[in-house]
Order: sequence, then C-alpha cells, then structure tokens
Amino acid sequence: MQKPRIRWHIAVFLAPAVLVYTAVMIFPLFNTLRLSLFSKVDQERVYVGLQNFQTLFGDPFWSEQFWNALGNNFWFFLIHMLVQNPIGIALAAILSHPRLRFAALYRSAIFIPTILSFVIVGFAWKLILSPIWGIAPGMLDAVGLKSLFAPWLGKEEYALTTLALISVWQFVGIPMMLIYAALLSIPEEVLEAGEIDGITGMSAFWKIKLPLILPSIGIISILTFVGNFNAFDLIYAAQGALAGPDFSTDILGTFMYRTFFGFQLQLGDPHMGSAIAGAMFAIILVGVCIYLFGIQTRMRRYQL
Amino acid sequence: MKRKIISLALAGTALVATSAYAEDVTLTIESWRNDDLTLWQDKIIPAFEAEHPGIKVKFTPSAPAEYNAVLNSKLDAGSAGDLITCRPFDASLALFDAGHLADLDDMEAMGNFSDVAKSAWQTDDGSASFCVPMASVIHGFIYNKDAFAELGIEVPTTEAEFFAALDTIKEDGSYIPMAMGTNDQWEAATMGYNNIGPNYWKGEEGRLALIKGEQKLTDPQWVAPYATLAKWGGYLGDGYEAQTYPDSQNLFTLGRAAVYPAGSWEISGFNALVDFEMGAFKPPVQNAGDTCYISDHTDIGIGMNAKTANPEAAKTFLSWVASPEFASIFGNALPGFFPLSSTPVELEDPLAKEIVGWRGECESTIRSTYQILSRGTPNLENDTWGASVAAIKGTSTPEELGQKLQNGLASWYAPQQ
Repeated sequence: MQKPRIRWHIAVFLAPAVLVYTAVMIFPLFNTLRLSLFSKVDQERVYVGLQNFQTLFGDPFWSEQFWNALGNNFWFFLIHMLVQNPIGIALAAILSHPRLRFAALYRSAIFIPTILSFVIVGFAWKLILSPIWGIAPGMLDAVGLKSLFAPWLGKEEYALTTLALISVWQFVGIPMMLIYAALLSIPEEVLEAGEIDGITGMSAFWKIKLPLILPSIGIISILTFVGNFNAFDLIYAAQGALAGPDFSTDILGTFMYRTFFGFQLQLGDPHMGSAIAGAMFAIILVGVCIYLFGIQTRMRRYQL
Repeated sequence: MKRKIISLALAGTALVATSAYAEDVTLTIESWRNDDLTLWQDKIIPAFEAEHPGIKVKFTPSAPAEYNAVLNSKLDAGSAGDLITCRPFDASLALFDAGHLADLDDMEAMGNFSDVAKSAWQTDDGSASFCVPMASVIHGFIYNKDAFAELGIEVPTTEAEFFAALDTIKEDGSYIPMAMGTNDQWEAATMGYNNIGPNYWKGEEGRLALIKGEQKLTDPQWVAPYATLAKWGGYLGDGYEAQTYPDSQNLFTLGRAAVYPAGSWEISGFNALVDFEMGAFKPPVQNAGDTCYISDHTDIGIGMNAKTANPEAAKTFLSWVASPEFASIFGNALPGFFPLSSTPVELEDPLAKEIVGWRGECESTIRSTYQILSRGTPNLENDTWGASVAAIKGTSTPEELGQKLQNGLASWYAPQQ
C-alpha cells in the first residue's frame, strides 16, 4: 500500500495570499477585537472584559451617540438602496439597448466619479452647494426656483440626505457596470424566444431580464450594505470629524474615528474606539449572514 | 608599531566620522501651524542656524484639525520629531504623563516666563513644566474701517452700540453685517462664546469658580452669552449654516462683510489679502464703564520629545525659543501671536499693536473650557461648540443649553456634582 503523497504545491501556492491576508486583514481585525477588551487606567493597560461594550450600550451618553450613528447609517444605506441601485439598473438597461448611440461615452462619463477621491468629491460638492460661492443657488435662480435653495449641508434635517445623494452620484457607476455586464450575458436566443411568445419591450425587461439579473442585484445590495456601514471618508471630508450640524451626519465610521483618535481637546481612546469598531464588525457580519443564508440560498438561478 | 599606526588611523577616521555626524544633527519640529511654514523656513530657522552652526532644523507641520491625532499616533509609533509644538493644557499634559514630553524645569531659560504664561503647560500642582510658552492669541472683533466710515458708524464699546451698529449695516444692505458661519462649529464657540463670554463671567474670577465648583454652567453669567449669541443669527450672511471658516475669512477680506469676530491669529493672513483699512474693537461690555475682560489665550508652546536622539541640540533650540530674540522675531513676523515672555516686545504691525494694547486696559483670561474641564467624556469644549451653534441657529434656548452642558460636566467632574 502506497502512502498518500503530501501535496506540497497546494500549501506553496496558497501561502502568499494567506500570509498577506493574515498580516493585513485577519490579524488587525482580531487585534482590534482584543483591544476592545482592555482599558487604560493610570497609564497601564488593564483587562476589563466586556466593560467597554457595557459603557457603549449602557451609558446614556455613549448609547445615545451610538444609536444616533446607527440610525443615520441605516438612512444612508436606505437612500443608496432606493436611489443608487434602481438608477444604476435603469442606466444599465438603457445602455444595453442596441440602438443607443454614444453608449461608450455615457458609460465612461457615468463611471468616472467612482474613480475620484472622496476628498475631491466632498470638496467639489461643498463648493457647488455653497450658499456664498456655489453654482447651485445661481442655477436655481436662473430657472426661477431660488426659493427652493437652502444651505443643505448646514441644516440638520437635510445634511445627511444631501451627503447620501452625493455618495449616490459618486458610486452609481458601480451597480450600472455590474448590471450592464449581467445584461450583456443574457443570450439573444432567450429574448427571441420571448419575442415569439409575444413578450417585447418593457415586459421583456420585467419578465425575462430582471429575473436573470437578480443574483447580480443581490451582490450589489450586499456590496452597498458593507460599503455604507464602513463609510467614513465622504462625511469626514465634507463635514469633519464632528459630523455636524449637531451630529446629524454622524455615522458609525466618524463616531469610531472621533473616539479612537480623539478630536480637538478630546483625547483619543483606542479601547472605546475598538469597542465601536467591534460593534460595526458585528453589524456587518449579521447583515452579510442574513443575506448569505436567508436570501442567496433561496434565490432561483437559471441555466442559460 | 604598525598596529599603533592602524589604530591611530582608525581613531582618526572615527573622530572625523563623529564630527561629521555632529554637524548633521537635524531637529524636526511637529506643528499644526501649516500657515507659518514660510515664516519658519525664511526667518526663524535661518536666524537660529546662523547662531548654532552644528544644528539644522526642519519644520514639518500637519493640518490643524488632524494634528492631535497624527501626533499621538506618531509618538506611539516612535516616529515623531524631536521638538513638539504643544497645544495648551490637557492634550500636552497627557503627552507628558505618558512620558512623551520631557520635563524642562532644569532649563534656565524657563525663568523668562511668568507663572500665568507657564500655567498652560504644567502639571496640575505646578511641579513640572514641559513646554516653553511661545505665544497667546487675543479675541475681539476686526472691522472694515472704510465700511464703518462710509456708513458713519462709531466703533462700539457697549453691547447696545454693538447691535445698533449691526442694525445700521443691515439696513444699508451693502455689507453683510458680520462674517461667521456655523458649519465648522468651532468658530461659534471660539470666536463667539469665548470671545464675548469673559465680560459676563468676569474673566478669571468666573473661570476659576467654575473649576472649583462654586459656579455652575446654568448660572446666569454662563447662560447669558448664549442669549446674546442667539441675536447674532440675524446678522450673519445668507446660508450661514453651511458657511465654513475659510468662507468667513474670504467674505471679510473681499470686503463683503463689515465685522469679523476674530482671533488675533488672523492678522497676518488678513494683512496680505485686504485692500481696505482694518481696525479692531474689544468685546463690547454690557454697560458703559464696566471693567472689560478679554480672552488672552495661551495657545502655543514647544516641548521636547522625551525619546529624541538629540536632547542637547533640542534643549539648545528650546533655550533660544525662550530668549527675547526669538520673541521679537516671532512676534513681529507673526503679528497676532503675542509673545508671552516677560520682556516686552515692541510690535510694528498697527492692528497687532492695537489688540495687544488691550492687555493694559482689560483683565486677561483664557478660554473657559480649556483647563481641566475638558478632561472627561462628554468633552465640555466639543459640547460648547455644538451649544454655541445651537444658540446662534435658535434650535435650543440658552437655558436648555446651559442645563445640557452642566449635566454633561457634572456626569464626570466631581467638584460640580
């Protein structure tokens, strides 16, 4: 009987990816979770168990900020789901229309903001919407709608929605590209067979194409979810770490940053910051699990 | 014999090597004053290097809003510069307690400063000083002299005159009465609340009473400034809610606004930009003849990284910073940052001279929230930003704001419980 050969090549080929991923992702993740179980007392780091989480959810000062940030995060996500993804799908459907001219031009133009830095996007939109120098008041004035203008980024009731729409503007290219690719992969035969059965135009989209691109929409939803709950850059670039006005644009990312690194006279607290990061990780994990086990396994797939 | 020659030669090269090394001592300064980069490179550093040939100095500032976070990370990682520009009070005290800043009490040059000047960079009991005081900033209002002359407005000294002047500017309509926005929040607290506040809580008297727990933030002298700020909203430009700090600066320097609630640090920047004559008036008092109080805030110090590789060179630099020579270069190169050294410095800039003159007429104090009171969570300074914005926007009443701040402070500060 021959001994089964040890297949070294598997380990060798996996090693680079595993090592790099462990060093830059897995180790920091677990180290952050470990850090959240400690606290600093008189310059000494001491183990305090789950006390930081108890403070985060039990102390009204912390929990109020946490729930405010979480609520804002859900609103941020909701706007992306309701605005970004439907527009992305609609754009992809229009772009995939065979008789559309300049499709490549539109496609690039819509995708370009995605590759811009958050800082540029935040700064450009801040200028566009500025009540003093911005072009938004002037443009509204030109069509006689000046009364509709408000300093949106400075008003508690509009600021978060405005920032979410800016983020939608920046990232609408991503769902568009993914759906566009999915639409292109639908074979002509399927559509032609539908046409013979009398399904054309809009109903061809709703009855044939949409069911076929549902898995892609699922992937986009989960990417949006993870992206939004990890969001930080745009809010920080546009509103600063205090996420003004009056914390109305504070999301988990900015709350974590402010706590971890400190702000102005407030000193950083890496341990509480890690606790918030841990809570963010848990929320995203739960969301992804719900999607993976609750939705994706039930999604019907079609053999094309 | 041969061996001796070799060892001599070796010793010789070693000597050459060390002396070459000594000439290469480079000190790096961490700072948040990126606005001052050219000043350091063109004036301060050359003046120092001319006197101390063995030492090179590099000024490496980072953005003001990120400085504390960046510095803390660098210090923890051991990659921070040799000299560290010190924020006043707790941010630096925490660095000292964590062993990042060296104790400077044995430095002879520290004798050039008064106790008040050193207070921002000392332990609570005053036993150790860890930063050389560099400068303070004074709050008040800068105004457009041409606009005031055009509209026939006298410089206001009382609050009634102040609001009457703003009314006149508003009615005329060619200028925005006051350039300030609430988007960045700190302007409302720093140039608003802590600018006009000392006249209400009587400067040091109220500030120290608050620290001792003898006064509360719900007392009338602490709430009244919010009521005054609430009146400001009507005099700020359209859409002030989204107006940022640079927006406000530009509105004033472009001559579109008549009054700018200021800190004196604006002077050098404004001098370069305006084409009208500027004047300054101190925060108006409630009734004519009242004692005036100004916020003369110890703002910048400089200390030594305890882990620096070149402690001797760093101390040489710090001693020079404490000298009258540096005070004179710094005070005149950066009008608006007033040197704290005991030897008086003659300032050339008229606006800076006007403002520093208030030190003689009024009682000086520092910002109420900076010493001790912003040590806990919730942070009183950050809360004051939000409260001042809410007062100006009118989203909360002054009494509610006072109560909220008091509750936050009392939740962790024993003397207020």
